[in-house]
Amino acid sequence: MITKEEVEHMGWLARIEIHESEAQAYAKKLSSVLDYFSQLAEVDTENVSPTYHVADIVNVFREDVVRPSMPQEEVLANTEKKQEGNFLAPRIM
Amino acid sequence: MVYENPDGVKIGLEIHVQLNKLNTKLFCGCSTDYHNAEPNTHVCPVCLGLPGSLPVLNRKAVEFALKVGLALNCDIVEQTQFHRKNYYYPDLPKGFQTTQYDFPIAGHGKVIIDGEDGERIIRITRAHMEEDPGKLMHMGSIEKSKGTLINYNRSGMTLIEIVTEPDMRSPKEARRFLDKLRSILEYLDVFNGDLEGAMRVDANVSVMGGDRVEVKNISSHKGVEKAALYEIMRQKNFIRRGDKVVMETRHFDEARGVTLSMRTKEEEHDYRYFPEPDLVPMRVADWVPGVQKTLPELPDAKRDRFMREYRIADMHAKALTSDIKVADFYEHVALRVCPGAAAVWVADILKGELNYRDIGVHAFKVEDMIEIIELVIGNKITERSGVEIIRTILDNGGTPKTIVKEKGLIKVEEDIIIKAVTETLEENPEALQDYLDGKEKSLNFLVGQVMKKTAGRSDAKTTRKMLLERINKLPQK
Ligand SMILES: [Zn+2]
Repeated sequence: MITKEEVEHMGWLARIEIHESEAQAYAKKLSSVLDYFSQLAEVDTENVSPTYHVADIVNVFREDVVRPSMPQEEVLANTEKKQEGNFLAPRIM
Repeated sequence: MVYENPDGVKIGLEIHVQLNKLNTKLFCGCSTDYHNAEPNTHVCPVCLGLPGSLPVLNRKAVEFALKVGLALNCDIVEQTQFHRKNYYYPDLPKGFQTTQYDFPIAGHGKVIIDGEDGERIIRITRAHMEEDPGKLMHMGSIEKSKGTLINYNRSGMTLIEIVTEPDMRSPKEARRFLDKLRSILEYLDVFNGDLEGAMRVDANVSVMGGDRVEVKNISSHKGVEKAALYEIMRQKNFIRRGDKVVMETRHFDEARGVTLSMRTKEEEHDYRYFPEPDLVPMRVADWVPGVQKTLPELPDAKRDRFMREYRIADMHAKALTSDIKVADFYEHVALRVCPGAAAVWVADILKGELNYRDIGVHAFKVEDMIEIIELVIGNKITERSGVEIIRTILDNGGTPKTIVKEKGLIKVEEDIIIKAVTETLEENPEALQDYLDGKEKSLNFLVGQVMKKTAGRSDAKTTRKMLLERINKLPQK
């Protein structure tokens, strides 16, 4: 069972404020998701090596050749807050 | 002499090195040449983390990483892949950093440094590849900042993070390690240490078996030495008062020379590492023999060869090989003039003048160095004049030829001295007589008079010799 404190910590990791009143509900929902996934633990993986990638290929590379970047206006097109070509974020500690 | 390490100091380093000699970033074709560019002009959907963009690994970045691994005497991993390190911070627009986790590309290496008591082996734990985050600029001081400006030009640059064992026993050894590392990286031609942000260091410091404290994100070698010195003093004071040093992360305030506690709520498991599904694994161990062949002669090997080939002292060989550019400069000079003299002129004199002015050896021409050494060896100018020419070139420009002419540095020709001797003896019969009567001091006076006539350009030794020759030839009275 996921605790209220764990929910708050997860909220902090994602920088989402979770109200005291919501925490209990989230804890219940997240616990049920975890329970569902815990079915996977029943599978015997004793002699199975971990899958790092679903496609059975390795070594996909590109050459070290410069391609054009985006114009600054386009880069900043999706933000309202900008200053002198930079994204402007709130004060960060 | 064995270094006792009385405070039980242990320092381990984590060094983020930008492989900034690549043309493009780690996973996209954006140019790495952003240092003088406007903000956010060297970015694309990949390094900006826009939805739907797909990273593709730069082959040369992997080659560079292998070079670094091999130069640090590491083993290269059979197979590896990238992982996502999840954290939410605006320097990474994707919400995760692409990095290596359980299988770093290289590990179990070593680097030899000049330690407190002779050569010391610093073990390399691992070296892994990852992407650099963007750059945050706080408006005003970090405490009173009104906002943060974000520039993603740096985002996606190739980093190699090198982690050492806590094998350094003093801040000086930590600095020596960093100097050696920079030297090796520049020999490999994968790294330019002069560029801003090219190397950032986290230092783990502990004393007397206490917990280690991590000082994050120090940007200079001198800064690492200072931060470690401060941390050792702080921890020792703590223990002296009967307190216990606790494991924590601190930040180094370079201007004030102090470390400050940084609150971090994230722990290792909070990063929720998992394999990056957008990149396939890589198996590059079979590249090793090929890459090994491209490795240049590294600093230690070059030092040994210089000692053998040019018959110069260990101290000179070390000074000449720590910077590849100085080493190349020296070799060009040593091929043309006496290598021993070249070592003195380049390692002791030129390097000193360059350091004093905080400029690189590129500011001086090989040809000029050769010309100066030849003038001195050929007894045309004095050593002092040689130094003066170097200083003049560095400060005002010019060539040895023009400077010698302008400043009248050519040693006075013998006949000019002879003329001065004759005149001096004619003008100072009393002094001459005093000398002949046994007053040795009078000779010094006469030498001084001759040198005055030649405006100090003939040296005292030659003048004295010529004066005595003339006096001995005088008809006996
Ligand atoms: Zn890009």
